[in-house]
Amino acid sequence: MASTTLPDVSTRRQKAGIAPLEYTRRLWLQLILAGSFVFLYFPIFALIAFSFNDSKRNITWQGFTFDYYVKAFTNSSLHEAALNTLIIASISTVVSTVLGAMIGLVLQRYRFPGKGGYDGLIHLPIVIPEVCLGVAMLAFFSAISMPLGIATVTISHIAFSFPFVAVVVRARMEGFDLALEEASRDLGASEWQTFWNVTFPYMVPGVVAGALLAMTLSLDDFVITFFTSGPGSTTFPVKIYSMVRFSVTPEVNAASTILIVLTLALTVAAMMIQSRSDKKTKKANG
Amino acid sequence: MVQTRKVKAFGPDVGTDRRKPIIEIRNVVKAFGAGVRAVDDVSLDIGEGEFFALLGPSGCGKTTLLRMLAGFEVPTSGDIMIAGERMEGVNPNRRPVNMVFQSYAVFPHMNVERNVGYGLRVTGVAEAEIKTRVAEALSLVKLGEFGKRMPNQLSGGQRQRVALARALVKHPKVLLLDEPLSALDAKLREAMQLELVRLQKTVGITFVIVTHDQDEALSMANRIAVMEKGKVRQVAPPADLYEFPNSRFVADFIGKMNLFEGRVSGVQNGNLQIDIKGLDRVAVPFTGSASGNIAIAIRPEKVKLGQTDPGGDNVRLRGRVTELAYYGNESHVYLENQTGMPISVNLKNATRTTLPSISIGDELWMSWAPTDTLVLTE
Repeated sequence: MASTTLPDVSTRRQKAGIAPLEYTRRLWLQLILAGSFVFLYFPIFALIAFSFNDSKRNITWQGFTFDYYVKAFTNSSLHEAALNTLIIASISTVVSTVLGAMIGLVLQRYRFPGKGGYDGLIHLPIVIPEVCLGVAMLAFFSAISMPLGIATVTISHIAFSFPFVAVVVRARMEGFDLALEEASRDLGASEWQTFWNVTFPYMVPGVVAGALLAMTLSLDDFVITFFTSGPGSTTFPVKIYSMVRFSVTPEVNAASTILIVLTLALTVAAMMIQSRSDKKTKKANG
Repeated sequence: MVQTRKVKAFGPDVGTDRRKPIIEIRNVVKAFGAGVRAVDDVSLDIGEGEFFALLGPSGCGKTTLLRMLAGFEVPTSGDIMIAGERMEGVNPNRRPVNMVFQSYAVFPHMNVERNVGYGLRVTGVAEAEIKTRVAEALSLVKLGEFGKRMPNQLSGGQRQRVALARALVKHPKVLLLDEPLSALDAKLREAMQLELVRLQKTVGITFVIVTHDQDEALSMANRIAVMEKGKVRQVAPPADLYEFPNSRFVADFIGKMNLFEGRVSGVQNGNLQIDIKGLDRVAVPFTGSASGNIAIAIRPEKVKLGQTDPGGDNVRLRGRVTELAYYGNESHVYLENQTGMPISVNLKNATRTTLPSISIGDELWMSWAPTDTLVLTE
């Protein structure tokens, strides 16, 4: 049966002369593509455009101005929120990078009892809905009666960031030749020297990419921060949300645009570091 | 021990060397998990300045044995002494040996100079001394110009030279080489074989090489240990190993061998009388003791082919040519006797006109001298 139907398919395809996903030659695929781009990016472009709108209500375009950037930069409560965000993000990044790098290495390298279960648990914060994690964190902090503040937000951020670092570092170490460590030991290096001279330099691209990922996650996290922050520990995203509740002014747009630019820069940096190190590794192996 | 007149001419086939041993392996066992013995009660002495090869099929335990010398594996039982010192509890970084890895393990983020100098730098040698020793080592492996290159700018052969220089710069008492040539192509491999022998003569230290390639072992080493299933089957110089293998396994593993199973029927005038299926009774000079089921063996290049019965006291049999293979320098003729026993014969194409005028289906006489016949009791 297969032998009789197969030639049919090939002749039909030949007649059309277009591969199934050759979007440049199919109008309906192009429309879908254009539609999804509009839905994805129009709101973002509108947000950025209207941050320059010279109007209080921000519904109709009135004219170009930088006023709201000036306003956003001089808003002391936004300053405080930005400072909180930076403090939280930097502590969370450092801690989750160190923790995640170690866990990534351990999971890639060693076998130990209960590894399967531990491996699964590590990925839990990546998988479970943020709301659940937020509620769980809140319940936990109130159970141990820890006052909500910068500390609780930071701890929560570390909790959901380090698994991402672990995943990235682990993937990086998959390509590592263990003979390199043996060679180092053979040449007279201690285990400590071997780690810093041979293993760590190989890990670095993974660690940097993981750190940038952790930083972006912490910078723009809203849900978990919303649950775990207290008075005086409001972060930038949460602050923007509370501003929107009063009125949607271009100041909100301006603040959001700053956040977008910051996260975008970090993400691009992470991607560039990863792709450059991948190329290098391929070249070295080839 | 198998000993005929000819064996004596080659010297005794024994597992020790008259030189002072630099490595002494005593009853070493390495067990992985339950019951799996990768190395099974191995005892060996390796002399100072030897080029020693551990040869065997994959999974025979040769690499595990080498890794125990380097300190990456710990023997389950038994002793290893290097330069007169027990190696038990001595970490790899404290042993007077250095290793060249199969994958070369050249550090990808360091240039050639940093790679070669690494072993000196981590042990706190002064920078000035590192510089001169690295230059020395690089010129030894003919990489003097390549000091500033990164490993990804080098060919496989060059990376291997870096690995060699990096190990030799430490002035080890023993250099361990784990299948060093397996990743190179055939031409380069042969060049590197000569290069390694030259290098060993220059630096004068002991080389221990692990290989599954018998040609490599025969051409480079001055003594070879053949391993099978974790045990050492035979330790001998290359020529002894080839001409006087002590077992069916070694005979079959080193080169090609025609093996005939048979039974001892008696001894006459110092000649062992052996009944072999499909052959007449064969008389072979033999001074050891043998009885029951044994095998006789003959190398393919020692068999003569002829149209007529050669007569004399030669071992003779008739067979039909089933296959011919031309290799340029040699032609291999595959024959079968009446009972279907396969025999292969190698003919040298010594001159242009020696192409054998043999075709498939020819009935020919095969013969060889009784003294070329090997008796294998194991």
